[in-house]
Formats: sequence, structure tokens, C-alpha cells
Amino acid sequence: MTIMQIIFLITASVTLFAALMVVSTRKMMHAAMWLILVLFGVTITFALLETRFFAIVQLVIYIGAIAILIIFAVMLTRRSMNADVPQVNRNWWLVMVSSLALFVGLVTVMSVWEGFFVTARTAPPGGENLVQLGTALVDPNGFVLPFEVASLVLLAAMVGAIYVAAERKEK
Amino acid sequence: MGIPVSYYLVLSAIMFVIGILGVLLRRNALVTFMSLEMMFNAANLIFVTFAAYYRVLTGQIFVFFVMTVAAAEVAVGLALMVAIFRTKHSIDLDQMSSLKG
Amino acid sequence: MLSDWLYVGIFLVIATFLPFVAITLAGILGPKKPNRLKSTIYECGIETVGETWVQFRAQYYIFALVFVVFDVETVLLYPWAVAYNQLGLFAVAEAVLFVLILFAALVYAWRKGALRWF
Repeated sequence: MTIMQIIFLITASVTLFAALMVVSTRKMMHAAMWLILVLFGVTITFALLETRFFAIVQLVIYIGAIAILIIFAVMLTRRSMNADVPQVNRNWWLVMVSSLALFVGLVTVMSVWEGFFVTARTAPPGGENLVQLGTALVDPNGFVLPFEVASLVLLAAMVGAIYVAAERKEK
Repeated sequence: MGIPVSYYLVLSAIMFVIGILGVLLRRNALVTFMSLEMMFNAANLIFVTFAAYYRVLTGQIFVFFVMTVAAAEVAVGLALMVAIFRTKHSIDLDQMSSLKG
Repeated sequence: MLSDWLYVGIFLVIATFLPFVAITLAGILGPKKPNRLKSTIYECGIETVGETWVQFRAQYYIFALVFVVFDVETVLLYPWAVAYNQLGLFAVAEAVLFVLILFAALVYAWRKGALRWF
């Protein structure tokens, strides 16, 4: 047990506990707060992998933007479901069995891979090579098409969301 | 010395399965959304782990686009949720069986 | 390498504990002479009517939405900006196209009145 492993295990257990709370809590605002804790745990895991840029990106996009949007939606749909009606589907045992099977399958497939127990290699000290990343993003032989399409996806999302969410004029 | 790859992979797998549990079990649409975000994060974690392990760029760039699509998906999905709530005053997934307005 | 994160961790711990320390100290040191007027929620001003959690307007949600889109745009442009000195004119044209597409989104939001506060 090195100090890194201890930090990782603490982070992982807090993250997983928060994830369980997101799924099980009855109050939506609390679920949103636990979700922020999950996202922060993933941020710390990124930092342990020395991928500094993605740790910051996770913080900025997920916690800074997406979590805020979810909290806004929670506040907009207040009292939407009473806390005392059943929160769970009727076929819960089927869900349990199938997700357990999925978990076992996932871990089995992963453990077949020969590097499963090897020590994880982190990104080089000082974080990822941002210059390389930026060059690849606009390289015509690289990822320029996904880069531009990402912009189009954002355009479509914004137009669609504003159209759907905008309050209609009273007729 | 460091942390084995298996730790990251198992953490990601457990997070993914908890997300699936949330999506399948809960009837509340917003909690379903949060579970979806958790599943996106679990996938991102594996991408970043392998990108750091193999020192390749493709994994990192894929994480970028996953985050972009997740943001777009959340924006549109939550806007739909707000619009549905405005007309039906409920976000119970079991009551959304009819697509009539 | 690790010591950089150590500083971040120390700052996190301090930032978490400072409010606790401040509130606890204030609770221990401050004199306690409660009366009916002091223990009302607003010492001056009127009590709120109805529930605290009211439904607010969907307009505010749209602001958050516009923010999310441009937040992601910033993050996508950041590596490009870091690599700017190594890139040619073509890369600049690509980034300009990227920004122009999102400018169209901004124009749409503007025309729809999504940026209006009231």
C-alpha cells in the first residue's frame, strides 16, 4: 500500500458512495449535490493519472456547466414527483440480475487483457502535451472534421433547446 | 509502487453499473439524467486511463468529443424535460408513455 | 510532480476547514441573549409568504443553457490557442469557421429573445 494507492482508494470509495446516493436518494436536489461529488471524485482520479488538462476540463464542463444546468432543471421541476410514491420500477429484480451480469461480464473481459494488473502509466510529468493536442485538433489529416462537427452539434443543441424551452407567447 | 490499471478499470465498471441501475430502476426522469452523466464519466475515465497508458492522442481527443456531446445532450434533454413538465406537471417516466402533447 | 498536487490538496483542506472554524468560533465566543425579535428569520423586513422553493421562470434556464454551449466552445478552442504558434493560416481559418458557426447560434439566441432578462 503506497500513499498513492491509499489516496486512490479513499477517492474511489467516496465517489462510489456518492454514486449510490445519487441513485437511491428521494430528493432530487440532494441527488444533484451527490452527483457533483461524483464528478469531483472523477476529477481527482484524472489528477492521479497526471492528466491535468482533463482534470480542469472536467471541473469546468461537468461541475461548472452541466451540474449547474441539472440544478436549474431540478428547481424548474419542483414538486414534480411526490417523495412518497414508489420511486422504483416494478421489475427491479430483473434489473438487479441483469446489471450484476453486466458487471461480471465487464470485469471478466477487462481481466483477460494482459495489462490488467500492471501498474498504470500516468501521463508524462507536467501533464499532457497540449501543443500536440491542439495541432491534432486542426490538422487536416487529424481531427479537423470532428472539430467542426462538434461546433455544428453545439449549434443544433442550442437552437433546439432554446426552441423547446422558450416560453410560448400567450395566444 | 503506483496504482494498478485494474483499480481504474474496476472503479469505472462499478460507476457504469450504478449508472445503469439508476437509469433502469428510477422512475424520475431527472435522476435518470444524472445516472446517464455518471455513465458518461465512467466511459471517460477508461478513455483517459488507456490514453495515459498507451500515450496516444486518440483517447484524449475522444474524451473531448464525449464531453461535447454530453453537454449538447444535457442541454436538449433537460429542455425537453422542462417543456414536458410545463404541460404535464410530472416527470414520472411511466406517465410519459403517450407522446401526445 | 506530486508536490504540485500536494499544494492543491493543502489549499482544499484549508478552504474546507476555514468556514467550519469561523462558524464554530463565532458560536463559542459570541454572547447569547436571544429574544423573540432576534430569532425571527428576518430581523427587519417582512416574513416570506408561502413556500421558499417557488417555481422560477424558464428564462433563467435558457441563460444557463447558453452558458454551457459557450463553455464547451472555450474548452475546445483552448488547445488550439496553446498550439497557435506552430499552426499555419489554414488552422486559423478552421478556428474562425468554428467560431462563426457558434456565432450563428448566438445570433439565433439573440433573435429569439433568449438573452433578454425580463
